Amino acid sequence: MNPVHVPGGLASIDAVTESLASVGYIATRQISTAVYLAHHLRKPVLIEGPAGVGKTDLAVSAAKALGFALLRLQCYEGLDDSKALYEWKYGKQLLYTQILKEKIGLLVDDADTLQTAFSKLASFQDLFFSREFLEPRPLLQAMEQPAGSVLLIDEVDKSEESFEALLLEVLSDYQVTIPEIGTIRAQVPPLVILTSNNTRELGDALKRRCLHLHIGFPDADLERRVLRARVPDIADTLLHQLVSFVQGLRAGNIRKPPSIAESVDWARTLLLLHAPALDVALVRDTLNVLLKRETDIAEVQNSLGPLTRQALAASVRAND
Amino acid sequence: MDSVLAGFIRALRTAGAEASTAEGLDAARAMALVGYADRASLKSALSVSLAKSEEEKSIHDRVFDQYFAPPALARREPQTGDADLSPGRTGDPAVDALLDLAQGQDPADGMPPASAAQAGDPLRLAMAEAAHAVNVDSIRFASQSAYFARRMLEQLGIAPLEARLLARLGEESPSAQAEARMLAVARDNLQHHARALIAQRFELFGRPATDAFLADVAVHRAIGRMSPYDMERMKQVVARLAKRLAARHAHRRRIQLRGQLDLRRTLRANAGHDGVPVTLAFKHRRREKPRIVAVCDVSGSVAAHVRFLLLFLYALQGTVTDLRTFAFSNRLKDVAGPLESLPFDDAMELILREVGNGSTDYGQAWQDLHDRHWQTIDRRTTVLVLGDARSNGADPRLDLFSALAARAKRVVWLCPESASRWGSGDSCLLQYRPFCTHLSHCATAVDVERAIDEALEAYD
Repeated sequence: MNPVHVPGGLASIDAVTESLASVGYIATRQISTAVYLAHHLRKPVLIEGPAGVGKTDLAVSAAKALGFALLRLQCYEGLDDSKALYEWKYGKQLLYTQILKEKIGLLVDDADTLQTAFSKLASFQDLFFSREFLEPRPLLQAMEQPAGSVLLIDEVDKSEESFEALLLEVLSDYQVTIPEIGTIRAQVPPLVILTSNNTRELGDALKRRCLHLHIGFPDADLERRVLRARVPDIADTLLHQLVSFVQGLRAGNIRKPPSIAESVDWARTLLLLHAPALDVALVRDTLNVLLKRETDIAEVQNSLGPLTRQALAASVRAND
Repeated sequence: MDSVLAGFIRALRTAGAEASTAEGLDAARAMALVGYADRASLKSALSVSLAKSEEEKSIHDRVFDQYFAPPALARREPQTGDADLSPGRTGDPAVDALLDLAQGQDPADGMPPASAAQAGDPLRLAMAEAAHAVNVDSIRFASQSAYFARRMLEQLGIAPLEARLLARLGEESPSAQAEARMLAVARDNLQHHARALIAQRFELFGRPATDAFLADVAVHRAIGRMSPYDMERMKQVVARLAKRLAARHAHRRRIQLRGQLDLRRTLRANAGHDGVPVTLAFKHRRREKPRIVAVCDVSGSVAAHVRFLLLFLYALQGTVTDLRTFAFSNRLKDVAGPLESLPFDDAMELILREVGNGSTDYGQAWQDLHDRHWQTIDRRTTVLVLGDARSNGADPRLDLFSALAARAKRVVWLCPESASRWGSGDSCLLQYRPFCTHLSHCATAVDVERAIDEALEAYD
């Protein structure tokens, strides 16, 4: 295989962390290691974890940081190879035959026998099933990027098992076979990132072929760093209070705990409201940014006071 | 692949995290890239390539910390007269070397093995080498540790020291006695260190294997005769069995009806092709989700079995089944509420307290089911009855039971009593038998698993 140029952002694990940080994605060591290994071992990464912890965002950020094209395939029930791999531009083929009808007629006209006419026609067949008429879909597009790409296969758990089988073939060899044209092999294997919300258990075969990364809820320190990167204008005190409040909320008995995406939204909300510090009334008014379920909101209504006080106390301790 | 990684993968498998050979090769390549130098990077590289679920991640992290811990040494307790026992000289070089080893001080704890070796800690190194030579990693039971300790000492070359010790003990002179004491202490030290190291390896390779072995025994043990200790162990085992069942029955629920064209979707798909039907869309039938109605006798004799069945069913709930649960002794009650909202043990206790005290009456139970919950049973439902059919002489109400059997998809009866006792005394089981799709003796966890497997199979 040709020696592939390694982008500077993939030279070492620390380089991955740094280049991701330069586009505002704060990666843990686990995350950077996974991205680093994915490139060097040429293996897809399967990311699992709750919604809103930055699974999809990792792919987007990695593409941005490394200067690769991002190709995204959103999975859903009923997704098949004509949506994921390639499709023939049937309309264009039809149109061209209509336009070229007379030209073809002329060519065939001078043939004496049916046999020669047929063999003449047969030689045109390849014309209509060529790259001209091929509509590449994300998987094929990713193979065709000359300078490398990030292929994001989002929410793979939403697709059916038959699609997993299709992925196995594409992801193990990084090639796509089109019967009419031949095999298209990726010049530069794409960096493949699959995400799953675990709505169903993925097949063992797929899991075993991927590197597996689990992103959970961040700890307080990491969450502060992420928020600082995403909402740079937020004041230090408020940041501390906000993070310890959210961390306290997650420890409670909640069906759908707020994830990092919700913390970022909340930080932006508080910034917009020019809130200098948390207080119970403010929290109550903006709680719907953090919690998205009616029952969860009702559940924490009563404990807002203690939670807020706890967050204020924690931030005072941190500032001392 | 180097033996360190191979040993680590073996420890992972022993602890219950599956790692295939292909993944092992991935891990070896990852290790070659990342190197041993940085512990955190190594840990995440191995975790990314070997552990493929959240559960496996936590097992991996635990095993990593254990496996790549420095070889354990016994904590040296200050002994009387230990101070004046500076490493003496005996003149015999083999014995002297051992004495130096035994005198080796504990380096700071938590030092990774590599740096311990670099720091030239000869004791740890010698111990680790001896352990490797006698294959301590093959340990399975705690009782083997004395044997391995002895083998390790022999590997270290304890023979001349012991011979000398024996010779000195026989002599009367005070200097010989002092030397004997010193030699004995040295030997004990070495032995303690060896024991500590073996204990560490046992945690890694022996204990999980022993646990798996005991669990294997427990699934075949009669449920009625289980000790509370076994019951605790069984909770994990049942969770594992249930997961296996769920994986087996959770495949796709869409079946293509070949030949039946979905006209609407075909037209839509081919609108771009000028209406020429190039791609065809076929109709699908959704495979029905298994619906199980569990009717459990919770009188004293059957309570342990009910506990098991429900543990199983609730581990499966959501992923594969629609579940309704009724419990009765004389009156039948819907108990899905407490089972779904309370922790399992509390729910069971509540159910046994509320429902379990009456005298068993199967006829009354069918009557209650008919009067209050008849609409939960339809032709898609499997009714799972768990009980011994000992109705204390009351009317078994075969009319209601046959109506139930006609209404439901299947009726599966699990009886904790062995077949020879069916129909004896006040048991009406033989009268119920003609109406059951399936009747089986259910004494162990494996039986329960098989029965549920069969019930679910009807929906595949």
